[in-house]
Amino acid sequence: MPFGNTHNQMKMNYSAEQEYPDLSKHNNHMAKVLTPAIYDRLRSKQTPSGFTLDDVIQTGVDNPGHPFIMTVGCVAGDEETYEVFKELLDPVIEDRHGGYKPSDKHKTDLNPDNLKGGDDLDPNYVLSSRVRTGRSIRGFCLPPHCSRGERRMVEKLSNEALDSLTGDLKGKYYALKNMTDAEQQQLIDDHFLFDKPVSPLLLASGMARDWPDARGIWHNDNKTFLVWVNEEDHLRVISMQKGGNMKEVFNRFCTGLTKIESLFKEKGHEFMWNEHLGYVLTCPSNLGTGLRAGVHMKLPNMSKHAKFEEVLKRLRLQKRGTGGVDTAAVGGVFDISNADRLGFSEVELVQMVVDGVKLLTEMEKRLEKGQSIDDLIPAQK
Amino acid sequence: MKGKKMASSFTRILSSKRNVGILSVVGGSVTAAFLFKREHVSAGGVPVRRIYPASAEYPDLRKHNNCMASHLTPAIYAKLCDKATPNGFTLDQAIQTGVDNPGHPFIKTVGMVAGDEESYEVFGDLLDPVITERHNGYDPRTMKHPTDLDASKIHSGQFDERYVLSSRVRTGRSIRGLSLPPACTRAERREVERVVIDALSGLKGDLTGRYYSLTQMTEKEQQQLIDDHFLFDKPVSPLLTCSGMARDWPDARGIWHNNEKTFLIWVNEEDHTRVISMEKGGNMKRVFERFCRGLKEVERLIQERGWEFMWNERLGYILTCPSNLGTGLRAGVHVKLPLLSKDPRFSKILDNLRLQKRGTGGVDTAAVGGTFDISNLDRLGHSEVQLVQTVIDGVNYLVECEKKLEKGQDIKVPPPIKQFK
Repeated sequence: MPFGNTHNQMKMNYSAEQEYPDLSKHNNHMAKVLTPAIYDRLRSKQTPSGFTLDDVIQTGVDNPGHPFIMTVGCVAGDEETYEVFKELLDPVIEDRHGGYKPSDKHKTDLNPDNLKGGDDLDPNYVLSSRVRTGRSIRGFCLPPHCSRGERRMVEKLSNEALDSLTGDLKGKYYALKNMTDAEQQQLIDDHFLFDKPVSPLLLASGMARDWPDARGIWHNDNKTFLVWVNEEDHLRVISMQKGGNMKEVFNRFCTGLTKIESLFKEKGHEFMWNEHLGYVLTCPSNLGTGLRAGVHMKLPNMSKHAKFEEVLKRLRLQKRGTGGVDTAAVGGVFDISNADRLGFSEVELVQMVVDGVKLLTEMEKRLEKGQSIDDLIPAQK
Repeated sequence: MKGKKMASSFTRILSSKRNVGILSVVGGSVTAAFLFKREHVSAGGVPVRRIYPASAEYPDLRKHNNCMASHLTPAIYAKLCDKATPNGFTLDQAIQTGVDNPGHPFIKTVGMVAGDEESYEVFGDLLDPVITERHNGYDPRTMKHPTDLDASKIHSGQFDERYVLSSRVRTGRSIRGLSLPPACTRAERREVERVVIDALSGLKGDLTGRYYSLTQMTEKEQQQLIDDHFLFDKPVSPLLTCSGMARDWPDARGIWHNNEKTFLIWVNEEDHTRVISMEKGGNMKRVFERFCRGLKEVERLIQERGWEFMWNERLGYILTCPSNLGTGLRAGVHVKLPLLSKDPRFSKILDNLRLQKRGTGGVDTAAVGGTFDISNLDRLGHSEVQLVQTVIDGVNYLVECEKKLEKGQDIKVPPPIKQFK
């Protein structure tokens, strides 16, 4: 919760040692990196909007760890957080993003023509395809820190941009607080509706304040392009459809994003982006592309194979249950997506998913026939 | 302590223990070269970030039903939104829990908290009407709250133990000079813990006891505390978590109790301290006597060390939630009323006796097997002695009703107890 900023001066009356959090039982990226010395150097600072070190780390202090995944344990309250608190965030980023260095540059590539193949994932195995990312509007604080006025302005600007979309992207906005029961039910049936977060990882960061004020869902009439407004990020942009045509999904994704970006620019706004961190989002885990491209696919045999995890790791993929992060797989159907976000371009990541899913399909088919997959085991990407 | 006047809004009582330094430095720690668009410096000296006008920031309270929402007009919001207490606590922080939790159609929650003692002053334009509504017409601008911890004044304090299973009195106390749970820093919270357990270690006789820190308790200690029904958990109610009071859990939280397990103190849960005196059976007088004795002794011990409780004449003891101002006292019993509770007049009888019922799990629980938790409704405007006497008289009346119903006799609804207005 953003209670740290107005209090920051008062905290200086106590020594850094007196204020230092007890992280002895903690296992998240923030806890691995933060030391009393770093805390001492950073605690007197704040970003221009008043976000402080304690605001950054509160979620990691309140949530020692997660049973399945190594959580990040810190968030940004604005774009400047990544600069002002780089002494903490650079090592967290490096640890989380496979050794990404403070001097590294991130490539952005949203040209869907650069993707090879991807229109032919086997629909007998691949049930649906989806690509998501996030975008933040420069000049506005991020969800952990924004005021109601800012959040409403983000909603207003997003609405104006999305309203201008045409063709197969034409759609409509549903504000969470104004939704009718019928609209709500339809959005639930479409699996579009997002709820007030219940995860303490998110709540402790302050991003759920004032719910459901200025939150909403926009989607196109075809229900293949969806934007979440003011959930964990300013915008989450999702392209999805049933079946295995990832190329089409990615095409629409890129076209839509590019169009939205230019609509914002027309009004004098841009997305938070820089050449080191790529697109800037609330959680350090989503920096770079912020992209998760994935499929729901049937892998009842492969998932029982001893080398399943190893294969995924080598392909730079991760598995989740079909309810998303924090869920378990049901009926042998898995959510398979890219593990990386930063240090690879969008095209590169989607290519990894496309190639990886093809290989997993091959392996599944072999195992169905009782054949070995040893010769198919890939090298580490 | 009661002779001292509370400091005016914009000065602090600088206790000898605090090294309050730089309240007035505004730009010192801001590392970037550019300033906020509109910077308002509160009277306490802390800048309040304000980019949009108050009208753009005013919360949407149309679906809300809590005391804060009933009284926070756009005008009051505009007047208070740029202010901060000397600690830097703001209006938005005070009301966050009420914005996030619209409320229940039948139960009206308070919807705001204090971050420090000065909150009640700086945000008085909102808190005073909230207090008046919550406390049945008590007007903090004109009335004085009586404090009376002289247990010898209690009479008829032994209940019929065929009906009353247990007796309990609880209150809270805050340490002056340290921020309250919604706003405190980790160091402040640890200081509260240190001050309190240092004082408690001075308790003697039947009050001798020990402290169990939540971060360090062993599994065995934890199980014992659960079996004794003493252990408190990290709050899950969004009413509490949205206020920020659960931050850094379980750092600097703990439970102290005496060896006899009749006097118990929670440290850094919803308040700095919650003080509880309890025992099985119906000897409410003894429970209250130990309560008063223990409280006074703890107060004496902290004063020896240069600290005092937050208290003033208009609001009594200062606690996090405005609903607990005044005495902060809830005196109650677990009592078997299987027949009376089925009588349609039960609610009215309780109302007139200024009592409330809860399930035996505490607030938000249902009664089991006709056994109810019966306690005082009021907190502010009546003294501790008055409230406990009210509970004693009321519970005795309820037990009499139950006995009458057992014999097939009729019962009467008592006249309502006079309220101030």
